[in-house]
Amino acid sequence: MPDLLEVKGLTASYGATQVLFDIDFRLAQGEITAILGANGAGKTTTLRAICQAVKTGGSVLFDGQQLVGKSTESVVRLGVAQVPDGRGTFTALSVEDNLKLGAYVRKDRAGIAQDIEKAYTRFPRLKERRNQQAGTLSGGEQQMLAISRALMLRPRLLLLDEPSFGLAPLIVAEIFRIMRRINEEEKVSMLLVEQNANIALDVAHHAYLLETGRIAVSGPSAQIKNDETIRRVYLGY
Amino acid sequence: MEAFLHQIFAGIATGGIYASVALALVMIYQSTHHINFAQGEMAMFSTFIAWWLIQVGMPYWVAFFLTIGISFVGGLVIQRTILKPVEKAPVLTNVIVFIGLLVIFNSVAGWVFDHTIKPFPTPFPKGSFIESKYFSAHEIGTIVVMLCVLAVLFSFLRFTPVGLAMRAAAQNPESARLVGIRVSWMLGIGWGLAAAIGAVAGMMIAPIVFLEPNMFSGILLYGFAAALLGGIDNPWGAVIGGFIVGVLENILGAYVIGTELKLSVALVLIVVTLTLKPNGLFGKAVVTRV
Amino acid sequence: MNSSKRTWILVGGLLLLVGLVVLPFLVKNFRVFQLNMVMVYAIAILGLNILTGYNGQISLGHGAFYAIGAYVAAMLMAYGGWPFWLTLPVAALVCFVFGYLMGFPALRLGGHYLALATFALALAIPQLLKYKAIEGWTGGVMGIVLNKPEPPFEFSMFGQPLSQDRWLYFVILATLLLMFLIAWRLLRGRVGRALIAIRDHPIAAAAMGINLPVFKSLTFGVSAAFTGVAGALGAVTVAFVSPDSFTVFLSITLLVGVVVGGLATIHGAIFGALFIQFVPHWAEDISKSAPWAIYGVFLILLMYLMPTGAAGLIDRVLARFKGSAPAANPSGPSASAAAPASTHPVGGKL
Repeated sequence: MPDLLEVKGLTASYGATQVLFDIDFRLAQGEITAILGANGAGKTTTLRAICQAVKTGGSVLFDGQQLVGKSTESVVRLGVAQVPDGRGTFTALSVEDNLKLGAYVRKDRAGIAQDIEKAYTRFPRLKERRNQQAGTLSGGEQQMLAISRALMLRPRLLLLDEPSFGLAPLIVAEIFRIMRRINEEEKVSMLLVEQNANIALDVAHHAYLLETGRIAVSGPSAQIKNDETIRRVYLGY
Repeated sequence: MEAFLHQIFAGIATGGIYASVALALVMIYQSTHHINFAQGEMAMFSTFIAWWLIQVGMPYWVAFFLTIGISFVGGLVIQRTILKPVEKAPVLTNVIVFIGLLVIFNSVAGWVFDHTIKPFPTPFPKGSFIESKYFSAHEIGTIVVMLCVLAVLFSFLRFTPVGLAMRAAAQNPESARLVGIRVSWMLGIGWGLAAAIGAVAGMMIAPIVFLEPNMFSGILLYGFAAALLGGIDNPWGAVIGGFIVGVLENILGAYVIGTELKLSVALVLIVVTLTLKPNGLFGKAVVTRV
Repeated sequence: MNSSKRTWILVGGLLLLVGLVVLPFLVKNFRVFQLNMVMVYAIAILGLNILTGYNGQISLGHGAFYAIGAYVAAMLMAYGGWPFWLTLPVAALVCFVFGYLMGFPALRLGGHYLALATFALALAIPQLLKYKAIEGWTGGVMGIVLNKPEPPFEFSMFGQPLSQDRWLYFVILATLLLMFLIAWRLLRGRVGRALIAIRDHPIAAAAMGINLPVFKSLTFGVSAAFTGVAGALGAVTVAFVSPDSFTVFLSITLLVGVVVGGLATIHGAIFGALFIQFVPHWAEDISKSAPWAIYGVFLILLMYLMPTGAAGLIDRVLARFKGSAPAANPSGPSASAAAPASTHPVGGKL
């Protein structure tokens, strides 16, 4: 089966400053791929580049379609959902409105209602707060909301930007557990950017290590996890 | 007592006008998070267009709805062409562009339609069946029209997916793009709607203050004050704010301070209210988590 | 900075100074008057920039402080016989107090609400000035007429005598240099950084120990004082004050000057002042029937081409020449300059 996402020679710049240099990686259908690296390595930029939210060069093929040059909205409409860093929830809107917005591009009302119920089943705490302003939720709850919102698109590819950031370890573990379940049961492919390499390698099938805008190491996550040198040099543990 | 009541009712009538202007301002704010200082001049220009349509023989209500349509398209086009380049610029840059628009509309209106004061017809003439002792037919008509506009607008924003998308796009354009919302077009629609509402306001006000390029200057300020008083993100608040401002203006002018200073005093009172309730009377305080 | 660079700057500065001194004698009296107004506006714009550009508090009402400064000077000169230069510090002080007081409600209001409040102030002033009860002091609708000060000695250069306007030119120039120096010292160091911190992230600023209420009110006061001095100078330059000289339009014009010149810059004030003084005239030359439409088009085009104002454009060009990336834009995420406190949870990397 061809890869769902094939990235070749990807470059990205903020204004005059180039941040990504010639990145190559792939994501197979149904898999979770992790992009790891230290702060400032360019992980978030990589996700932004895929969504065309930043000046990009090179080639990003999603299921055979070239994404470079499209608008963010068009990329989303092709089935790519992102859980941005900082959650990106609509803080002044209610939890339920946030979910509805996740399904904005869909037309099937029944399916949307079904998916909202599914989100509530998966994250009961969201159901408790369904009419509350999203900005009043705790960090963990906002992360759950952000993930649920992204899933409302019924995406083929889910991009997650540092889902563990700022969350207590127990919550992180719960969220990652649910993520693995979503990947296994609903076959949603995921591209995961994480600073917490340990937990990312637990859940991902493949991993790429970014260092100042270039790929330093890549391979199956089990291999990387068991390689002490890599862990010590690149991942710090 | 009779005179006092009359002042109140007159205030409610003018309040209806301020409410419609406030609505247009809230509309743009809800969809773009900007306050459009050119709102008054755009509404004035729309009213001139309506006037011209009636002059060339169109029946009133046809001209009315056609003007609304033209204004909607006009507002949309302005946003897509003139405002697009500064969409990502800081707020003050946008403010200057609004001031530029304000000045252009005012000047062009004077140039194309000249500065003589023109009467504008009302669809609710004296002696219609809806007249009453305290309100003229037109005043009642204005309030009814304005409430209809409000109802339509509210339903649109609250209950339709596009309305929700517009609110989302205004609050968080980046996240809005991530759910597939075409943010730029949302801004355009917001402007179109605001222009349309402004046109309605203009057509309702013109029969009272007469049509000329500077008709809106004082009114815009009151509309602005009303919108803020009611809470800049709340259409209902805008309407109630409008009525409050109208009544306040009349009462103050008649009983407290005389017409010379009523503008200042009304505004000072509003500022005091805002100091006590910084998000307006009905605005939602958005909770910030640090 | 190496010594040859230093020499160049010194030489350049000297040339500039000589040029400035000679300038009023090279042009007609009316032009000198216009130049005086440019300098006056520059001081006023600098004042507003301190508040709005550096500190992010939008004021649509600085015309009020300009008016207060003007009237203070006028009344002292007309009724008290004071020499005009003595009125300047008084105008500064009075406006500082008013500005400081204005700072208190401003603390609770942000963004649009503050804009409205200051707008209300700007509207109130001409109305108050016309108020019959204080006509004895303010001269009511007719205002107060002043005598332009006479130059203290005879002088002439290039065949042009040292007229009243030319004498005033030098006084205003000296005041301008002084005010700019004060602003420069204030804004360069800790104070400037504190102002910008408050503008860009008030909560963080407070958490770092910056006393927000005091700082913001003081900023309002200082800003008002600057603009008040400008008003006093303006009154003497025009030799006349009346309520209708200080309408809301003045406040809007000053804000235009700030943005066109460049938010959070000191030298931008000059460009802003040049713009608001001369562009309306050019617009009229281009179109007699709709001059303000041309002005509006100018404004919009300027915002497209120079969103960071003239100063920002010049800084960028200079940086290109030097070959380095320009320093972080001091106007920063100015979106926060007018928006209420950020509603997004602080996420991502700090």
